[in-house]
Parts: sequence; C-alpha cells; structure tokens
Amino acid sequence: MLHVLAAAAADNNAGLQTIGRGIVYGAAAIGPGIGIGLVVGNAITAMARQPESAGTVRTTMFLGIAFTEALALFGFVLAFILK
Amino acid sequence: MLLGLDVPPITQLTNWPAFAFKGSSTFALNKVGLIYLMAMAITLLIFIIGGSRKKLVPHGIQNVAEVGIEFVRDQIVMQTMGSDGMTFLPYLTALFFFIFFSNIFEIIPFFQFPANARFAMPLVLALLTYLIYNVVGVVKQGPFTYIKNSIVPPGVPKLILPLVVIIELVSHFLVKPFSLMVRLFANMLAGHLILATFSVICTALFKKSIFVIILPFSFALLFALTGFEILVSFLQAFIFTILTAVYIGGTMHPEH
Repeated sequence: MLHVLAAAAADNNAGLQTIGRGIVYGAAAIGPGIGIGLVVGNAITAMARQPESAGTVRTTMFLGIAFTEALALFGFVLAFILK
Repeated sequence: MLLGLDVPPITQLTNWPAFAFKGSSTFALNKVGLIYLMAMAITLLIFIIGGSRKKLVPHGIQNVAEVGIEFVRDQIVMQTMGSDGMTFLPYLTALFFFIFFSNIFEIIPFFQFPANARFAMPLVLALLTYLIYNVVGVVKQGPFTYIKNSIVPPGVPKLILPLVVIIELVSHFLVKPFSLMVRLFANMLAGHLILATFSVICTALFKKSIFVIILPFSFALLFALTGFEILVSFLQAFIFTILTAVYIGGTMHPEH
C-alpha cells in the first residue's frame, strides 16, 4: 500500500496526493486513538477507586498520553512531508 | 467545493516576512522572532520583579512567580526526580514559562501564532534536554556504566538481549529527543491549523447569504476551540517540562 501511495505522490497528481495524505494521517490516528482511550479510561478508574492518589495518577496519565500521542503526531508531520 | 472554501496553503500560514532589519540575514526579525523575544522578556520580568521585592505576604507579580515555582516543584520535580532534582528547578521553571508564553500567543489578538509551530525552537529545547540528561548520566554514573544502564534493561532473558539492546539504543539516543521536539511542534501546528480552518469557514459562511444560518454554530465551535487551545498551550508546556524531568531523573537514578 505504501509504494502505491508513493507512486501516486510521484505522479504529481494533486488529487491522489491529497488522498494519500489523508490516508497517512487517518491510519496513524487509529492506534493512538485507542491507546489514549485506554490510558485515560484506566486512569479514571484508578482515581475513582483511590481518590487520595489522584495527583500521582494524573501526572502519570499525562505522561502516558504524551507517549501515545507522539505516534499520531508523527503521522501528522509525515502527511505534510509526503510529496 | 460546496462553499467555495479558500483554505490557504500551509506555507502561507506559517511563513512570516521579516519586518525589521530586512537586509541582514542573521538579525532579520519576523513575527516568530518577535514572539520569542517577548516570551523571553515576560519570563525574565516575572522572576526579576517577583524576586527583587520580597515580601512576607506576596501579592501581584511575586504571587505569580511563587505559584509558578511551587507548581513546578510539587507537580514536576518532586513527582519525577525527588529532592535530588532540586538543582534543576530553576531550569525547569524557566523552560515551563518560556514554552507556555510562546505558545499562548496563539490566542492573543494581532499575534495569533504559536511560535512553537515553527521547527527551530522545539529542536533547540529538545537538544538542550538531550545534552543535559546525557551529561547528568555520564557525571552521575560514569561513561561506561551510563551506556550499559541505558541500553541494557534489568531482568531481560539472555536470548532476546541483542534485540532489546538495539531497540533501547535507538529509543534512548534517537527517538527520545526527536519525539520530544515533534510533540511540541506538531501539537502547536495542528492547533494553529484548526483555528485557521475554522476562521476561514466562518468568513466563507459570512459571505454566502443562505448558509449564514450555520454561522453561529461554526463561530461557537471556533470560540470553544480557542478555549481548548489555551488548555493545549498549558498542557504542552507542562508535558515538555515533565518529560525533561523524567529523562533527567531516569539517568540520575538508574534502575537496578
């Protein structure tokens, strides 16, 4: 699929190029979307079970979000770089 | 398309012409440079004014400085490095405020550009972090122990050790600084693009007579997203600072 996209981009066809960019970003967002959902969901469960540890859980949650989100952002940047 | 939307290309949204010292290639100043200078000046002023007239009961700017330092100390340094990391409190506080102020210009009228949506400063800050945690690792653990501790995680079976070493090597020395830079840069760029897109949609709706009934909803969403961008500016500054602290803490106290 990737070399099809690359070929489409090399074709200098603006329409196909835009579609390729859309697919790149869309595909890159699936995994991190699920991942962030898991991280935040479990963090909320932890906070609800033990409200006194909410501060630590929140900090760790933001860390988890940041690491997961980075993958989606790579896709976002790649969508612009892709020629 | 439906509304004849005229979304500007990305170069038009992020490239700013120089407005001062135009002839010089080194000192030419554009909007991004101006925002960075202002963010630096605001950060400096808060801590110089806050620190110069110390009162027992703080008010005004001293209050802002104290709350900021306390926030970085309790939420970032104590959570990730413990009391050993207090040496890095000044650097982390300055880092946090500088990133926050250069981000917050995204929603300030007449500027409306997050300076970190350009590549350069996130790169410099990420390289600074990279330099600091490597130097701290080498100084605290010695060069060979540092490299061994950072690429050989404890408790890994001998059989898959070569694979793990390669993964850890790439992760520790390449992916960490790169993702630190891309995270800040891409978040701010994405926020800026979203705000620009909704502004363009609002303008297009304003011109078309029939579609003007959708305008309030579009404008309400633009308003809400502007609020969301304040949160993102704060959160990205927080995340950049806390990740810096985590990386430094990781090389300061290796896992056994």
